[in-house]
Amino acid sequence: MKLPDFDYHSPTSLDEAITLMATPNARVLAGGQSLLPIMAFRLAAPSALVDLRKIKGLDKIEITQDAIHLGPMVRWRDVERHEGLAAALPLLTQAMEHVAHYQIRNRGTVGGSLAHADPAAEFPGIAVTCDARIHLAGANGKRVVAAGDLFVGPLETCLQDGEIITSIELPRWPQARRWAFEEFSQRRGDFALAGIALFYDLDGERRAQNVHIGVIGATDRPRRLPGAEAALNGQALSDEVIAKACAAACAEVDPPTDIHGSAEYRRSLVGTLLQRALVKASS
Amino acid sequence: MSVQFVVNGRKVEVDPPARMTLADCLRQQVKLTGTHVGCEHGVCGACTVIVDGEAMRSCLMLAAQADGATIMTIEGLSSDAELTPLQLAFKKNHGLQCGFCTPGVLMTLHALLTQEPYASEERIRDVLSGNLCRCTGYIPIIESALEARAAYQDQARSAQA
Repeated sequence: MKLPDFDYHSPTSLDEAITLMATPNARVLAGGQSLLPIMAFRLAAPSALVDLRKIKGLDKIEITQDAIHLGPMVRWRDVERHEGLAAALPLLTQAMEHVAHYQIRNRGTVGGSLAHADPAAEFPGIAVTCDARIHLAGANGKRVVAAGDLFVGPLETCLQDGEIITSIELPRWPQARRWAFEEFSQRRGDFALAGIALFYDLDGERRAQNVHIGVIGATDRPRRLPGAEAALNGQALSDEVIAKACAAACAEVDPPTDIHGSAEYRRSLVGTLLQRALVKASS
Repeated sequence: MSVQFVVNGRKVEVDPPARMTLADCLRQQVKLTGTHVGCEHGVCGACTVIVDGEAMRSCLMLAAQADGATIMTIEGLSSDAELTPLQLAFKKNHGLQCGFCTPGVLMTLHALLTQEPYASEERIRDVLSGNLCRCTGYIPIIESALEARAAYQDQARSAQA
């Protein structure tokens, strides 16, 4: 369908954007690759779109000693092309290979993906798994939210009316960190029926520590799997330990049933993907 | 709202309503109807055009967002009456039947092979996953792309020389 009517603004500064976002039912327009489709479906009908494209500096990728800072307007294409990112945070670049199709990747943004909060989207899952900190700005000032607290439900975040994502901060990794990303979708570029992102560090006795496991597609929002993490923390990754963690993961997800797959199928898929990811990370 | 962009080498100034997509603007206001509108929500790829050198879905872009951009549509692919190697390859390999998806497929491949003339078959297949074809089937499309790839490689080599 054609889009519902709205006012279009393209401010040149963040302050101006924040002022414009005070309009009731205004939405931020970043890449538009999720927002415009849901408007075409009339799932959203904002009164105004505040396009961030003219605000300088929002598409920057910065790698410092402690963190990676992604501007909200960084596109999937920018992540793919960036030379330092793959070494600094390989889990991110590996997972981003699964995002959408070629044409969408040329416009879709990291900030837009977080704000859209699709439970099957890869980047929100990586943000939650990697303890990202989301910097927000609004009429009431700035604040920082942990990625784990950002997502409330399907297409729902804790962003207050008028708040804009200004930066995504991902902690840097130790070189020796073990990691893997696995997802299953029916066709290339489709949303994942389920996906697993994970990392852990090995201690002196080759036991997994600091285990982080995130799931997408099989829950109402991207989230960690504390049961599976607990089954692995402090353990050497034997077949038996991996099997225990997978059983815990299956038990702690509550997947939806839809035309793409039943809850039982997705639950089982979470276990299979976690098993594959752990084998990959530990080999 | 006044929006200016360059399309196929021609400067245009249009006055689209805020809600108008670039696809509809190109068809209805610029009168370039080669860009096809299929699903209107970013799934089928029929409306793919090249914006500032990169393939994009023109149904997922507002006309207003194209202000200042340089756009290429299917009409801009061959500059005169002669077909380009990409078009010739599609003709020879039966890369199209009804032709509805073809403008989007050609724009996608033109952007890809211009940027990556040495794209592997796997890469081409991966990229084409963003374009749906409901009658030809994908094999002749991929065969056409692989044949045309050589011409883009020649171009890249002569640009370097």
